[in-house]
Amino acid sequence: MTRAQPPETQTGTPAVEPSELLLLRDVRKTFPGVVANDGVTMAVRAGEVHALLGENGAGKTTLMNVLYGIHQPDSGEIWLRGRQVRIRSPRDALALGIGMVPQHFLLVRRHTVAENVALGLPGPGFIAPARQIEPRIRELADRYGLSVDPRAHIWQLSPSEQQRVEIVKALIRGARLLILDEPTSVLTPQEARGLFEVLRRMKLEGQAVIFISHKLDEVAEIADRVTVMRKGRGVATLPVAETDRHSLARLMVGRDVEFRLRRSARAPDGEAIAVEDLVARNDRGLPALRGISLSVQRGEILGIAGVAGNGQRELVEVITGLRPSTGGRVKVLGRDVTNLSARAVHLAGVAHVPEDRMRMGIVPGMSVAENLVLRDYRHPPFSRGPVMNRQAMGEFARRMISEYEIVTPGPATPTRLLSGGNIQKLILGRELSGQPDVIVAAHPTSGLDVSAAEQIHRLLLKRREEGAAVLLVSEDLDEILALSDRIAVLLSGEIVGVVDTAKSDRERIGLLMMGQRQ
Amino acid sequence: MKRLGPFRVERVLVPSGAWVLTVSLGAVAAALVAAGMIFWAFGINPLRAYAMIFAGTLADRRAAPEILRQATPLLLGGLGLVLAFRAQFWNIGAEGQLLAGAVAATGVALFTPIPAPWLLPAMFVAGFLGGALWGMLPTLLRLKLEVNEVVSTLMMNYVALFSVEWLIHGPWKGKTAFGFAYTDTFPEAARLALIPGTRVHWPTLVLGIALAGALAFFLGRARLGFEIRVLGENPVAARYAGIDPVRTILLAMVFSAGAAGLAGVGEVAGIHHKLLAPGQVSLGYGYAAIIVAWLARGSPLAAIITALFLGLIYSSGDVMKVTLQMPFRVTDVFNGLILFFLIGSERLLNYRLRWAPGGRPVETADA
Repeated sequence: MTRAQPPETQTGTPAVEPSELLLLRDVRKTFPGVVANDGVTMAVRAGEVHALLGENGAGKTTLMNVLYGIHQPDSGEIWLRGRQVRIRSPRDALALGIGMVPQHFLLVRRHTVAENVALGLPGPGFIAPARQIEPRIRELADRYGLSVDPRAHIWQLSPSEQQRVEIVKALIRGARLLILDEPTSVLTPQEARGLFEVLRRMKLEGQAVIFISHKLDEVAEIADRVTVMRKGRGVATLPVAETDRHSLARLMVGRDVEFRLRRSARAPDGEAIAVEDLVARNDRGLPALRGISLSVQRGEILGIAGVAGNGQRELVEVITGLRPSTGGRVKVLGRDVTNLSARAVHLAGVAHVPEDRMRMGIVPGMSVAENLVLRDYRHPPFSRGPVMNRQAMGEFARRMISEYEIVTPGPATPTRLLSGGNIQKLILGRELSGQPDVIVAAHPTSGLDVSAAEQIHRLLLKRREEGAAVLLVSEDLDEILALSDRIAVLLSGEIVGVVDTAKSDRERIGLLMMGQRQ
Repeated sequence: MKRLGPFRVERVLVPSGAWVLTVSLGAVAAALVAAGMIFWAFGINPLRAYAMIFAGTLADRRAAPEILRQATPLLLGGLGLVLAFRAQFWNIGAEGQLLAGAVAATGVALFTPIPAPWLLPAMFVAGFLGGALWGMLPTLLRLKLEVNEVVSTLMMNYVALFSVEWLIHGPWKGKTAFGFAYTDTFPEAARLALIPGTRVHWPTLVLGIALAGALAFFLGRARLGFEIRVLGENPVAARYAGIDPVRTILLAMVFSAGAAGLAGVGEVAGIHHKLLAPGQVSLGYGYAAIIVAWLARGSPLAAIITALFLGLIYSSGDVMKVTLQMPFRVTDVFNGLILFFLIGSERLLNYRLRWAPGGRPVETADA
């Protein structure tokens, strides 16, 4: 593929204020059928944390991929330190001092930290490059508080440690401007605080950080300035100190968003989920649930709060029939469903909104209509005997699309082409269409933008009003607080406390999550 | 946005049918060009060689039916593989399953007292079961012990090959074979009807076409077909939906291996009328069926077309042997090149060229 290239850099009149490290001007980038960036302008100063805030699909990641040389803009300019630059690849970006920590880490799992950092680095020699750069890794670790053991293997590290490795990789390559793509999505609240500490130290060293996020709290906590994007456009750049959550949310979604969902008081009537002394192991055969007991009434939402990896996944899987328990009982609507198959549990009236929607909730290559019947394809009207009824599937799909406001070109569209929020609406439509009396929802809004999350919340609350029992597992404490009637805190496979939401506050739950029993 | 001359290169998420066809034909064309190098190395002008192949196959009224004859086992084997591949079960063992079907049919033809009108149907049933049985071992190994099916199905081909050798040299060696290694010939009632003047055993061909239609319906409309597609595309979602992977894969493989077994029945009952050396029973149809299935991209009806295309290549092997004095096995090189270019072209499906002249000023060196 050959084409003429404009010169690498043009030294023009510095149209940028000297304090501005980076200026993106009128960047436009289109993909087939989509305008991802529609003339975005954004300036970043040295020594600041600059948040890039926007809903999913607002064009944040595309803009950063343009800056990092992964995409080429259709038009627009990039100015760095007063000079216009052309960034044709991540290699160009790194040479210009721009580093990126991707959302999904690009690390060789079987190699050590030092080996991963040394990979592709021009500095160290041919022999034992990893050993040679260990001192530099340690030096960076000390300077920024990025504690990582250079000799540890990647597979031994937690997501938070792997993220630190990615940051070290960028810094060692001389990045003066670091792009973090939704860095807290893989972190526990404590780990996120650790990351913010690192970012503050980087600021003091004069580094600039672009922090992609759609969480308002984080932006308020760490950023100096924020650029809000909506539908491919930069709608505003503001100092964080001069704004508040509500006005940011308004800029982000273009209208006011309810933060407190109105929950009508409802007298719970009758136990719908009863879990007694449940014991189960995780995928590695280690104890994950150590005697869990809980009870959810009809018309009640029980939130399960806790730091990820304390048994949430195993609890959900055992209840929904996807994982065998080694002890204890699960009763649903008065029926013992302990260790029944996933299909039998579903038929007993349990809806399951799985935590990983792309991996478990849908078949990405199959159509919207087919995914909508994934649970009930065996039963009339979708199946009569061994043959499926395409017409009934199509009718059902059209009804679900309009009822749940699923944005799709049509029922025959492959589901992988839908946005995350619409995929989740599809899953909810499928799971709630049978009017289930028990709903197990795991991280139902993770990765969704504010307005999609709001829709999902409304759907869950509606089922609660109609008398369903909901077990809500989430890492988002705000979500738990907004939706739940009661909150159970899970720690190391045990329930360490159950509190009434109305009589509780974040601090108390946070303390329970971190293992401080009262 | 990358540019290629006056075109703009764009990414597409769902390739159109026309584009899939264009890319596939392009890959085949590239393979023919590469194969031309081989003609050239043999000292034959490639254009002349292709002209002679055309004259000796499609344009020759007596040779053209040979394409149908070769396409018959390729279609049956290919249909089985279409189903296995949709279930993401990489069955590379159609060759062995075909031979197992041929052995089972031979056993029924020579050693059972089944009366005439029922003999051929019984042979087809036996062939289907024989092939299915041969496919069962690697399937169970994969489902119960997670043994990689690519290796095990491939190895089973060699077991089948040497088992046939043993049968025709040993216990099943024909009394009338005068020292040659093959069985006695089948009774008249165990021979398939031919289209007069050709070697096309039409009942097998009709069976293949009917099966293609049935399979298309099965995948699109049947509950089990739905389950196979879900399982193939996302095993985790299949678990969530309560689909039993063991039962589903097992049933898919019974059909997949059974269809290859039917192809084996057609070869012994339609062409040879005896069991003979494995290299003569199947000219590598089980391997070429992989290309048939891959070219068809999971569509049973498209497999009819791709089987005919591979049949054409097999017939051209005869022309190359007779007219051009090249070894028949050159067809294997052809098949290999086609598969190579097809897999290599896979990435292209996600891109398209758009005519956009002058979309950006093109710098030239005239300044």
